[in-house]
Amino acid sequence: MSSFILDGKQIEFKQGQTIIQAAADHGIDIPHFCWHPSLSISGNCRVCLVEVERMPKLVIACSTLAAEGMVVHTNSEKTLAARNAVMEFILINHPLDCPICDEAGECKLQDYAYQHSVGESRFTEEKMHKDKRVELGPHVMFDGERCISCSRCIRFCDEIAGEPQLTFVQRGDRVTIVTYPGKELDNPYSLNVTDICPVGALTNRDFRFKARVWDMSSTKSVCSGCARGCNTDIWVRSNEILRLTPRHNEEVNSYWMCDEGRLNTFKHVNSESRVSGPQIKRDGKLNKSNWDEAYAAAFGELKSYTKDEIAFIGSAASTCEDNYILAKFAKTVIGAKHIDFPRHIKAGDQDNILIREDKTPNALGAELAGIRPAADGLTFHAIMKAVDEGRIKALYVVEEDLVGLNPAYKETLRKLELLIVHASNYNETTELANIIFPAATYAEKNGTWVNFQGRIQRIRPAVTTIEGDRSLDNLAMSRLDKFGTEFDRWGNVKKMDARPVWKIISGLANTQSGKFRYSTSEDVFNELVKSVPDFSGLDYDVIGEKGAALKKFVNTKTV
Amino acid sequence: MAEKKRLKDLSFWQKIYIPEIINGLGITLSNMFKPSFTMEYPEVKFEPPASYRGRPVLALEENGEERCVACGLCSRVCPALAIEVQAGETDREKERYPEKFEINMLRCIFCGFCEEVCPEEAIIMSKDYELAFTNREDAIYGKEKLFVPVSQLQDRIQFLRERK
Ligand code: SF4
Ligand code: SF4
Ligand code: SF4
Ligand code: SF4
Repeated sequence: MSSFILDGKQIEFKQGQTIIQAAADHGIDIPHFCWHPSLSISGNCRVCLVEVERMPKLVIACSTLAAEGMVVHTNSEKTLAARNAVMEFILINHPLDCPICDEAGECKLQDYAYQHSVGESRFTEEKMHKDKRVELGPHVMFDGERCISCSRCIRFCDEIAGEPQLTFVQRGDRVTIVTYPGKELDNPYSLNVTDICPVGALTNRDFRFKARVWDMSSTKSVCSGCARGCNTDIWVRSNEILRLTPRHNEEVNSYWMCDEGRLNTFKHVNSESRVSGPQIKRDGKLNKSNWDEAYAAAFGELKSYTKDEIAFIGSAASTCEDNYILAKFAKTVIGAKHIDFPRHIKAGDQDNILIREDKTPNALGAELAGIRPAADGLTFHAIMKAVDEGRIKALYVVEEDLVGLNPAYKETLRKLELLIVHASNYNETTELANIIFPAATYAEKNGTWVNFQGRIQRIRPAVTTIEGDRSLDNLAMSRLDKFGTEFDRWGNVKKMDARPVWKIISGLANTQSGKFRYSTSEDVFNELVKSVPDFSGLDYDVIGEKGAALKKFVNTKTV
Repeated sequence: MAEKKRLKDLSFWQKIYIPEIINGLGITLSNMFKPSFTMEYPEVKFEPPASYRGRPVLALEENGEERCVACGLCSRVCPALAIEVQAGETDREKERYPEKFEINMLRCIFCGFCEEVCPEEAIIMSKDYELAFTNREDAIYGKEKLFVPVSQLQDRIQFLRERK
């Protein structure tokens, strides 16, 4: 490998790498606005100017190829002066309205102004005025004055989303961003431009003004919107999810996620329709009960049917741990053989960027963890048919809204004698249930999902339930979480009385046998690893933040 | 054990006290003719100087507009976490306004940091020191208690502009 010297340090590089890339690979960050590791090189912001010995002028690190023996200075007097000049130039027409700008706190321009600028402007003239609050599309708002014309958003649409929708118009200090005539910024990935915009020129209309970034905690998680399983950060303030942002994982989603996943996979967590506390139906009305009572009731009811009259429905939205425990309970405690889960395939809703037809995050994992019918058992559709024909009298449904999936099931489910449901939110299926167990959502529990590539990834709790405690359970804590008390309105947060599926089913099983002894989802996972060879060699640490490929799939090529 | 020597041994006249008492009464008597510094609070109210830091309030412009843009800086800087701000969007030029603004007066320590950090000169330490409440809920002051016409705050604003 060849190498060059960067600020006195030897840096190895691959042929064809630019200085900024080689430095980034070694964890050294050369200031930049317009360069982005996943986009083409534009070289227009000039903030990455560095001094290279024996070159007559400063060069931009983002487009200058690293060469053997090169000596680069990023902190020499000349570089610092140039960087400062560039900062002063960029700030000439910048409105400096950080107090009303959502980007404040995570703004590159703000950070660099502190780090690399002297903090004085010699510009006394009137600043350029441009359009503010322009709705570029259904999800993105544009502020022309804040734009520093880095062209990242344009390049994103052209190169990643594959739909050229944005362009520069005008010249010089009048230059601004518009959509092409007759077009909107409405591609399925449009909100990614709000993440890569180095300033607050492009903002997420769904999140606008909701919270300051420094008031939120962020938790590494995975999107539940489809089988891709984009890596995400969940942003929480006062135990409420306010936004999701993509988290870099080159194996899965690079730096991106789709708008659908970003906007529509977390609102149910904070919603008014959450089920809190177990509910038992008596005389046609749901009554809140306590957990032990509900466990005993559910177990007693289940035991009054023969094993051929009972069927279990798992879910590809539940974790591997949840499904493993469900399968174990169904097969060993009840002895049932009818167990399967419904697929959520939206035919045709797939592209070769991220979005997958399968709208569940864990179809592969559910199957591997044991949610499949026994040799003489019924598959999902056959189970529903058997319910319709009265052969199956008791149905145990975990985290699936069957009526929402197919309205015709409403009539089918009415024929049941017993319907037990785990649900996070009230829905049309819970209306028909005899017993409802409140399910913790993916944002409230630990666990693993296996995406369509066969990659196992971890989800972590970002929101705490009534039994939880942010600091004892090691949840990410914002300043407000650390110092809040129940006497602060913002500290007195809403918490749901809900449990993850594995915990509920263990409780249920333990009313009789006491053999389901797990205290964390990690315990469940370790047992799963021992009993299902596909998971061998894994534990929570191995999976880590970026996931790990299941052995079976290591060499499968996937896009 | 040796007897401890006092710092100052009293003289004979001091030991008999009488002259000292007369001395003391003399001082009292002379003070009766000097200007008085005590006041009959609460019948008479103390009017603090501009440097005084009473409870923080929010400035309301003459035209009824709120100055605060809900940037949340005061809330961030507040060492006691007394301030909660929730921003909302308006049609005004300054896009943001405080949908909710609450100061927990049980948390506030009257440090004045919020006033110092505010980019809009919107949160100001008033001269109001009469803060009594009988329960925790009442101690949380909402927008209705916080907004004060800017004309009543001129004193302090002037002071800040001179000193900042
Ligand atoms: S809107 Fe943002 S990303 Fe687009 S050119 Fe302007 S600063 Fe760059
Ligand atoms: S592509 Fe799928 S996993 Fe990724 S953000 Fe969209 S819905 Fe979520
Ligand atoms: S005066 Fe100090 S303690 Fe009181 S609200 Fe302002 S910053 Fe907080
Ligand atoms: S610092 Fe000033 S403008 Fe910002 S939220 Fe506080 S009072 Fe409002």
